[in-house]
Amino acid sequence: MISAAMLAIVHATPDPPLPLGVFFISTVVKMVLVFSVTMVGVALLTLAERKISAWIQDRLGPNRVGGKLGLLQPAADGVKNFMKEETLPGHVNKPLFVLAPMLAFIPAMLASAVIPFGAPWDSRWGRIQMVVADLPVGFLFTLAITSLGVYGIVLAGWASNNKYALLGGLRSSAQMVSYEIAMGMSLIPVLLLAGNVTLNNIIDQQASMHLWNVLTLSLSFFIFMVAAFAETNRLPFDLPEAESELIAGYHSEYSAMKFSMFPISEYANMATSSALMATLFFGGWDIPFTLQDNTTGVSIFMVLLSIGIFGLKTLFFLFLFIWVRWTLPRFRYDQLMSLGWKFMLPAALAYIVIIASLMLALDYAGLERGFVYGLVMLAVNVVLVFIAFVILDRGRIISPAYGRATPQQLARLRAVTAARAHLSPQSGD
Amino acid sequence: MAINVKVLDRPVGQVSYVRATLKGMARTFKHLVNPEKVTTQYPEQKETISRRWRGTHRMLTTETGKAKCVACGLCPTVCPANCIKLVPGEDEQGNRYPLIFEIDEFRCIFCGYCQEVCPEEAIHVGRHYENSEYSREGFVYDLERLMAQTHPVCEMWDPADPKGE
Repeated sequence: MISAAMLAIVHATPDPPLPLGVFFISTVVKMVLVFSVTMVGVALLTLAERKISAWIQDRLGPNRVGGKLGLLQPAADGVKNFMKEETLPGHVNKPLFVLAPMLAFIPAMLASAVIPFGAPWDSRWGRIQMVVADLPVGFLFTLAITSLGVYGIVLAGWASNNKYALLGGLRSSAQMVSYEIAMGMSLIPVLLLAGNVTLNNIIDQQASMHLWNVLTLSLSFFIFMVAAFAETNRLPFDLPEAESELIAGYHSEYSAMKFSMFPISEYANMATSSALMATLFFGGWDIPFTLQDNTTGVSIFMVLLSIGIFGLKTLFFLFLFIWVRWTLPRFRYDQLMSLGWKFMLPAALAYIVIIASLMLALDYAGLERGFVYGLVMLAVNVVLVFIAFVILDRGRIISPAYGRATPQQLARLRAVTAARAHLSPQSGD
Repeated sequence: MAINVKVLDRPVGQVSYVRATLKGMARTFKHLVNPEKVTTQYPEQKETISRRWRGTHRMLTTETGKAKCVACGLCPTVCPANCIKLVPGEDEQGNRYPLIFEIDEFRCIFCGYCQEVCPEEAIHVGRHYENSEYSREGFVYDLERLMAQTHPVCEMWDPADPKGE
């Protein structure tokens, strides 16, 4: 497998470099485009969250500002947040208190830089990649940057000097550390299949196989998705800001725009995770049901279409984030930890072994890396998904509230009680 | 046996998190696309209020535009919140009328006894709920204010028609 990965890297011929002026202008345009789309998208996401939550609860949602859909509501919220009084409580650690929102915001914005949002455009000046920074380290960069976001939250909790904020920060760090491992592990099968961490290569691999990774690596996708929910602190993993227990968790003491920074970074993280899920498992900007070869030149029309397709896939996951939020209740802390460490991590590790052995077997059998290869993997995945969600998922993935005792547990409990009764005979019956 | 725990073997459907989640998501999606919403768009749309709604007061007037009140003093007597201030007066013909008739709407508990006790059917509690003022004093309604109200008045409970049908 390692040799295959190295071969893939060696064979990936780099594009001829663009003229400096074209490179500079195209990069600036892409930066401005990605940044503004992310920011406007985040603003609209807050509206989407309110609208969808309202519709799910049979309400109408914001409809007073900007027409029936309340399209100007994010602008009104923004103006409100800028105009609001900013309180700086006397008991906070001021430098860290000010630093924390920035630390939450910057990684959230940075992570979107490496995600390819469209097919490369063969312009008359050369091939322009539709990504701000075409990093060779690919999703490793995204994972590294998104995991920095936890510092903002932990520092916010610590600097607030407030017990609820501190608890929120602690929970967040524990949660992020636990789920980051499962997230990283769930991406190793993707790496095995693509032989490269570069996101564009992963998209090309999915396109050449004519099967998206969600079909060939279903369990990986599931683990990645759950970990992404945990990493972005979205329900059912919103323990860091659990309103009912911790008031607002790590951002209890924040107000005005400093407070806004936290939701903005949360939504930006959501957008990044959605884009990453679409890229890694749903073929990215690859236009479904087309058999075009992505390595050859494509017209500007196809580039725009691929950007639209990528946007649609990302929007679907954003909708999924919101949909799940308004469906599921929050986990208990022990459920969160046991899901992360006792199910997701072992499942991810076992899945790596299974996929690696399967690919080794298929390679030995002399099967070409193509559609049939993918179909065999799909068949194995159907079995694995059945095992995971029908056989394993019987109160084991998430421990249910009432807890079903096994005969062994019952015997142990009885032994303990009998020993107690023996020690203090007056209390026993 | 010290421990007597009843262990229930639940059906798999109840302990499977993924299936329960999918079921829940199907339910929320049904509500998401359901066009029937429960929101009342308040200032434009208003809920209908009961015919026995007891809100801020109104003093009914005669055809000549004078208050029907004869200053008998029954309403301040019966008022449990002691919110009615009445100073009676008498004209040359010997007709009694209120010199001062004030209701403190903040003290009022809207029991409707004043309307029930009034022999002239002069003071009424109204079917009205939108009250706002710039000062607390604004909520002490004087006679002029009470007579100027135009909202419909409460229909008191009728023993012959207990459900108000």
